[in-house]
Amino acid sequence: MSRIELKHIDKFYSSNHVLHDINLTIEDGDFVTLLGPSGCGKTTTLRVISGLEKPQNGIMTIDGVEMINADDAYYAEPSKRGLNLVFQSYALWPHMTVHDNIAFGLKIQKMPKAEIEERVNNSLKMMRIEKFVDRYPTELSGGQQQRVAIARAVASSPKLLLLDEPLSNLDAKLRIDMRAELQRLHRELGTTIIYVTHDQVEALTMSTKIALFKEGYLNQVATPMELYNNPIDLEAADFIGNPRINLLDATGEIVNGDLVVNSELGQHIFSAKDLTDEEYPTSGKFDCVIAFRPEQIEIHTEPVEGGIPASIYASQPAGSETITTLKVGEGDFLAKELGQISYKLDQNVFAVIDQNKVNVYNKTTTRLIKRAI
Amino acid sequence: MSKKGLPKKPMTPKRFKNLFLSVVTNPFNMIVLVSLIVLFCLIAVPLLTMIKSTFVVAQSELRRIPGARVGDFTLYYWKYLFASTMSKAILWGPLKNSLICGFLTMIVSVPLGSVLAWLMIRTDIPGKNVLSLLVTVPYMIPSWTKAMAWLSVFRNSTSGANGFLAGLGIPVPDWLAYGPIAIVLCMSMHYYAFSYIMVSGALRSINSELEEMGEIQGANKAQILRHITLPLIMPSVLSATVMTISKSIGTYGVPANLGNRIGYFTLATKMKTFINNGPESVGYAMSIVLVAMAAAIVFSNQKIVGVRKSYATVGGKGGRSTLMSLGKAKVPLMIFLGVFLALAMVMPMFILLMETFQVTTGAGYGLSNLTLYNWIGTVDKAQTYTNYPGIFRNPAFFSAFWNTIKLTLLTPILTAVSGQFLGYISSRGRGKWYGNLTEQLVFVPYLMSAIAFSTMYFSMFSRSHGIIPSLYGTFTLVVLTSVVKHFPFASKSGTANMLTISLELEEAAELAGASFWKRMGSIIVPLAKNGFISGFMLVFISIAKELDLIIIMMTPKMQTMSFLAFQYSQDGYNQMSDAVSVCVLMFILVCYIVAGKFGANLNKSM
Repeated sequence: MSRIELKHIDKFYSSNHVLHDINLTIEDGDFVTLLGPSGCGKTTTLRVISGLEKPQNGIMTIDGVEMINADDAYYAEPSKRGLNLVFQSYALWPHMTVHDNIAFGLKIQKMPKAEIEERVNNSLKMMRIEKFVDRYPTELSGGQQQRVAIARAVASSPKLLLLDEPLSNLDAKLRIDMRAELQRLHRELGTTIIYVTHDQVEALTMSTKIALFKEGYLNQVATPMELYNNPIDLEAADFIGNPRINLLDATGEIVNGDLVVNSELGQHIFSAKDLTDEEYPTSGKFDCVIAFRPEQIEIHTEPVEGGIPASIYASQPAGSETITTLKVGEGDFLAKELGQISYKLDQNVFAVIDQNKVNVYNKTTTRLIKRAI
Repeated sequence: MSKKGLPKKPMTPKRFKNLFLSVVTNPFNMIVLVSLIVLFCLIAVPLLTMIKSTFVVAQSELRRIPGARVGDFTLYYWKYLFASTMSKAILWGPLKNSLICGFLTMIVSVPLGSVLAWLMIRTDIPGKNVLSLLVTVPYMIPSWTKAMAWLSVFRNSTSGANGFLAGLGIPVPDWLAYGPIAIVLCMSMHYYAFSYIMVSGALRSINSELEEMGEIQGANKAQILRHITLPLIMPSVLSATVMTISKSIGTYGVPANLGNRIGYFTLATKMKTFINNGPESVGYAMSIVLVAMAAAIVFSNQKIVGVRKSYATVGGKGGRSTLMSLGKAKVPLMIFLGVFLALAMVMPMFILLMETFQVTTGAGYGLSNLTLYNWIGTVDKAQTYTNYPGIFRNPAFFSAFWNTIKLTLLTPILTAVSGQFLGYISSRGRGKWYGNLTEQLVFVPYLMSAIAFSTMYFSMFSRSHGIIPSLYGTFTLVVLTSVVKHFPFASKSGTANMLTISLELEEAAELAGASFWKRMGSIIVPLAKNGFISGFMLVFISIAKELDLIIIMMTPKMQTMSFLAFQYSQDGYNQMSDAVSVCVLMFILVCYIVAGKFGANLNKSM
């Protein structure tokens, strides 16, 4: 129930410039993930939104109300912003029981006792931890602590819920469970959620929108699938997806408005309507990079139309999927197929790549020049 | 995407208002400000005042400095100290004595402590339980009590009454009973505990796999010790060495008890006579010399050890530790150690205790020489030259006892509270100017020996300063001095304590809308409680046995037990003095038991 707008946010730690001109609009009810490797500024952005950090430049509004105006040195107190935060470490107060941890903020708001009890019970029920109500945090497992931390954050019915890598301390199985839990929570509460993570799977599976950070800059804001299909630059392409995207050096040229690309894979012609507004030379040959996801490759053992001759360099069947390394001329790339398929090493095969799904990047600017459709 | 520097914004009225409000309405800023002012007044101002007073003509020296008025600038005191006919007697002689005593104490105590630590931690010497108890006895006993025990054994007719040996008919020469040898041995018996604690800590942190690797490579035991173990504990040994020298030079109680009666003075004891008999400013100048020496030693320690200290913790995984077999040597070694410890620690204490029951010291334990007079006698039954009743009938004793209790309760409470407070500021202000400034100010008392520090306070507060009245001869001054002297220690433990409370716990409360004071009350204080208690206990024990720190400001009305024992001993009432010492020991023992119940790490109370 709130719309957050960040305008031209700059954050310095002494002379260290950690956030560069961040502009981001988060719509009411969004589940936005701030994604990026560690040290890219995503947690700092979250802390700026929460009010725990004061940026030196920029304006932030929540539902049109100014919360930050750096020019006037105006910073609304964190508790006046109608939000709550789940810390990476959970930050549960070790000297309070689960009940008291959740009730603390409500008591501070001087809520009537009966309402406090009701809210504590509701949030305990929502996170399914009613039976731990009298335990101390140290008497709980990591997953249970995490639920308490979330219960504490939602008990005050915040308009905006901030989560700082909440799943990073959990084991793989619990993570999948909690992802489902968080998705449901988002649906049930209808709250706007901002979620920080370095885990692309978390970002892709849960968010309605992903904001990709790179060294203190906001690199790309898009829906998860758009981000996956059309990463804005080579770094983003490399960061998203597992196994990682295949990148192959190529030469490009604009012929009659269309993009003609030559590589080890042969010649591709991409129609003008799929090209982006990014910068590229309109005449003459230029270096580019061709990018395609491992799952977009079909491997045929017999020659087929459009099949590129290749040889099997290595093959890794892993039960539900098989990852194969193919060699074409000097280059090599990965293919991912569902199911259990066995190839002989050095076997000759034919790879079919869906041309529509291919991205092309300008090697000089590293930016995307041809979108996948 | 251009790189911009830190933005400079035009100062609008609105911006100014918001900036001003955010600084002023944040209680943390106010607390930092108040603390810095208080620290400045308690630490920087006294130091500067004392330095200043050595350059200013005082009333008592008016006649000696022709044409000077009170308050004029003068180099008289420094010239008196460094470049007068007296210099040799008042500065260079005592300085030489201090250095010799400090150096010899180091020579004896560091190897002793290190070898003991190695034997107890890394070898299979039998009877470790009993031995380790005996080894830890010395740091429960204040060093001046050891001097008393020494006297009860070695005293001869030079100072009035025979000690144990002289009573047996064994002639004890003065050079053994009093002076440098006695001082060095007594201080060594005290300060070896430093080396023991530091080296045993280092030894514990060394993974024995490092030594076993040496063994696999074919090194024998001596080679392993020489090439692997020793280099790894070297930083700790160096630290212990430096600390021992620095501490021995600053010690007052031992050289005063064992040196004063034959006119053997160290810098510390000589300084005290100047403070008492004037010119006081010369005493202050000597105190500055002491501070400078201690500072030089501490900094050189950080220079030498600081860089290398890192690898003391490299092996710090602890882990498995196999003991080195001493083979055939183990039983003889144990017996030797046991006898040594009994002779050095237990025997003197026993003789000290027995002396309290003797009519004439050194005259044996025959029934005719035994009495309870020293404990419960009345004046009319006085058998010797004593003018005092037994200590349990002497109001002076009860007043001293009460003062001791007051001091040992009040000081640690105040110290621990301020320690947590300062710790909060230093931990939350890490890397910020106010955090660093706090840490530096708080470190200053650490550079000063107890006697030099209390001299500084004495000089500062024996006059009134504006609204602060003269605190001369008040209990407040004693408490204040003790509290500030323990600041470095208390704030270090406070900082460590506060660092365990993650900032996020506070931020979580801030997000919940808790004000600064609410956060303090419901998050910080409850979580800091345990650290507070252990900080309290450590100061508690250290104060209970303190003499050096408070001796300079003692007046008959507010003397403590330690001081009373010292006073009786100086006046020749040996049995009375011993009786009070025994009471002090009992008191300390009780403190240790209480502190142990609260789980304080007693090794840190040195």
